[in-house]
Amino acid sequence: MVEIVVSSPERTFGDALLSVDGISLSFGGVQALSNISFSVRERQVLAIIGPNGAGKSSMLNVINGFYHPQEGTITYQGKTRSKMKPHQAARQGIARTFQNIALFRGMSTLDNIMTGRNTKMHRNLLWQAVHIGPARAEEMAHREVVENIIDFLEIEHIRKTPVGRLPYGLQKRVELGRALAAEPTLLLLDEPMAGMNVEEKEDMSRFILDVNDAFGTTIVLIEHDMGVVMDISDQVVVLDYGRKLADGSPDEVRSNQEVIDAYLGVSHG
Amino acid sequence: MANDGPETKARAGANLDTFPKLLVENARIRGDRPAIREKDYGIWQTSTWRQAEQQIRALACGLAALGFEPGDRLAIIGENRPQLYWAMVAAQYDGGIPVPMYQDSVAEEMQYILEHADARFALVEDQEQVDKLIEVMDRCPKLKHIIYKDSRGLEDYRLPFLHSLEDVLEKGRQYDTEHPGYAEAKVAAGKGSDLAIMLYTSGTTGKPKGVMLSHDNLLITARNGVKDDNLREDENVLAYLPMAWVGDNLFSLCQSYVTGFCVNCPESSETVLTDLREIGPTYFFAPPRIFENILTTVMIRMEDAAPFKRKMFRYFLDLAKRVGTRILDGKSVSLKDRLLYGLGDILVYGPLKNVLGFSRVRLAYTAGEAIGPDIFVFYRALGMNIKQLYGSTEASVLITSQPDGEVKPDTVGKPYSGVEIRIEDNGEVMFKSPGVFVGYYKGEEATAETKNADGWVHTGDAGFFDQDGHLKIIDRAKDVGKLNDGSMFAPKYIENKLKFFPFIKEAVAFGNGRDHVAAFINIDLEAVGNWAERRNIAYSGYTDLAGQDVVYDLVQECIEKVNADLAEDEHLSGSQIKRYLILHKELEADDGELTRTRKVRRNFIAEKYGDLIEALYSDKTHVSVEANVTFEDGRSGTIKADLAIRDAAATAMKVAV
Repeated sequence: MVEIVVSSPERTFGDALLSVDGISLSFGGVQALSNISFSVRERQVLAIIGPNGAGKSSMLNVINGFYHPQEGTITYQGKTRSKMKPHQAARQGIARTFQNIALFRGMSTLDNIMTGRNTKMHRNLLWQAVHIGPARAEEMAHREVVENIIDFLEIEHIRKTPVGRLPYGLQKRVELGRALAAEPTLLLLDEPMAGMNVEEKEDMSRFILDVNDAFGTTIVLIEHDMGVVMDISDQVVVLDYGRKLADGSPDEVRSNQEVIDAYLGVSHG
Repeated sequence: MANDGPETKARAGANLDTFPKLLVENARIRGDRPAIREKDYGIWQTSTWRQAEQQIRALACGLAALGFEPGDRLAIIGENRPQLYWAMVAAQYDGGIPVPMYQDSVAEEMQYILEHADARFALVEDQEQVDKLIEVMDRCPKLKHIIYKDSRGLEDYRLPFLHSLEDVLEKGRQYDTEHPGYAEAKVAAGKGSDLAIMLYTSGTTGKPKGVMLSHDNLLITARNGVKDDNLREDENVLAYLPMAWVGDNLFSLCQSYVTGFCVNCPESSETVLTDLREIGPTYFFAPPRIFENILTTVMIRMEDAAPFKRKMFRYFLDLAKRVGTRILDGKSVSLKDRLLYGLGDILVYGPLKNVLGFSRVRLAYTAGEAIGPDIFVFYRALGMNIKQLYGSTEASVLITSQPDGEVKPDTVGKPYSGVEIRIEDNGEVMFKSPGVFVGYYKGEEATAETKNADGWVHTGDAGFFDQDGHLKIIDRAKDVGKLNDGSMFAPKYIENKLKFFPFIKEAVAFGNGRDHVAAFINIDLEAVGNWAERRNIAYSGYTDLAGQDVVYDLVQECIEKVNADLAEDEHLSGSQIKRYLILHKELEADDGELTRTRKVRRNFIAEKYGDLIEALYSDKTHVSVEANVTFEDGRSGTIKADLAIRDAAATAMKVAV
């Protein structure tokens, strides 16, 4: 009799890749985030959860430089930064997907993912337009990376299909593909599984874990589905009304009384 | 054989009676020609015969290094991939037996076959299959090693019995250098009578049976097929049907090894139609369902085309139906029609075939079930040489096919070279051929039931030869009955003929032990509804429409055509439909009248509608009926109706000269 136990070895993480410290963000009189601190270590999957309006998307927008917090610092790869624009974040290896799909609907899957290579292309517009010599060689190299992603995400059959014609679940996968095309160090996923059925969620969870596994990508994601969050994350940060309620392993968070109250809807007096 | 030069000489010189011997020979005489292609990362990646030989040799040695011994069984599970085809030959190289299995089987089905086949080794495509095997591994004590091709997701498994294909190949190359002469000796040791493969047939009843086929079975059959169909070294085929199916083995492995043609593996099961277009195969196989789907897609897209294009398409399609098949069969056609057909080829047929990926098809086969004559004629009219084939796993596929120039939609043609056929008294078709299987693994009893001492095999199908010597398969032998006057009654054959009319959705024929044949008809609500609307005939629903006289007239026309068809056959002329009625409701799986795969449950219907059947066999012209039905939302109710019963005219049998 063969004794079979498939267990992944203890997951090991590197140093802190990203630390946010004392972040506060307000729009006029609305306090979106107040004094939030947490850190993500290399190769971790971190989930940010919380009810609607808790400040989850704002937090992602702060991380990739779309919003500038009034207070607090962000340390990424050991460097503390003040203000950064989204394209600078992209060049530093931060890629993201959006809550509402933001793809070029008339373009094919292949072309959409190819746009994710944008920050890696070095030939100028003129070279790219005439498509000869070095620009051509460069495009071929990029195409190879993109084909690897298509293979990885199992979307060969829709390579040439305009994304506007694809079902929602596949569009989400294409968007993940475009983010991966930037070969990110840190991947931000804003509700990657919103509006999906159970099977699509399972697929997406598997892809997220595989990305983390195969490329060692650190992932920060926002998700509503608690089952999924608890299954795939190493660390969970809970936000509520702009405040951090809890921060820890899925098990710790699950048993946290404040979190339970927030999710069961205790009134905020 | 049409092929000349080295191949013939080489074949005469060496005795190429096993797959490994053919592999070595192919690598020698056509080493730089493509052996197999796979679309991967968006590009067709080609392996030549020389590369294939190197890979197979390394894999065979690697298996040996892991302890794979002659007689061992290697389970192979996955989609059509070069590496998996190579694994089959690698197992044969070591004197072992490959057992390809259906990749979509659930773990329990796999467990049964792994256990029954005594497989000690398995080579699988990816994590999905590895997970299934691990799930059942404690119930398969014989299974000792699992090799996987795709390492994605498997990095963390770290199980001692799990090996990546690359590691095994590496081990094999090392083993090869440490054991010089091992590989050559192994190839030389193989004999044609050795077992080459075990294929599990997915029996509709009972557990699957392991059909054992020898190298001789497969290679002699493949060579006969190559000779009869004149296949060449420059064919291209698309390998997209399951590897566990004997047909794929014959078309994508055996015939490729015999002639040296190239096999193309699609990128994934979802990209088959795109890949088909890119490859443009010259030799193509598909079950009727696929040809039907492609035709439907074409027709739907033509409906959306601009009016001019639509008119042009209709005109040339009508022309093609009139003369296309005659041109293909080499019969005489007037010069004007020939010129018009040529124009149609430029404007319609050529572009259409190009879009479908059929531009280069020299020979296409369909088999498995009856193909609708309309579909069959459509492809032939376009100039595509599509034929029907009749075969079985127990025959190493090939039993009969239609020779060029003699293609008829309703027969399966003449026996292949080396195949003998005889018809038993009960109508059952029996055959004897070089491809007749060795036996069922661990199933002496079943083998004896299927194959008699002289090597004749029962097919379980009933059929007969028509005037031209073509075999016609009419039904499963056990379903064929007799009318009281002794004439043959094949219900499914009659029902299929009826169902080929677009207006008839389902039909149930009765007649076993009766004086004549009678039938229940279900009209196709969509087709008949459309027809009615175009004639301004008002109706409120299925029951109302089905009861109208004009609809009866429409159906009667179809039935009388079927009768005229049946009259052409001396065996079936007696089973013309004499009386029929159109049912007041559609036959439904929810009501238990059809199986979930939409096959008629004859006995259940006979019981449920006993009154109607009695009325059919009386001289009543009307019968009233009240039936319980289950609606789609789960509620049930009753339908009351008064059904007309009509007589259909019979066609007198043509006297055979």
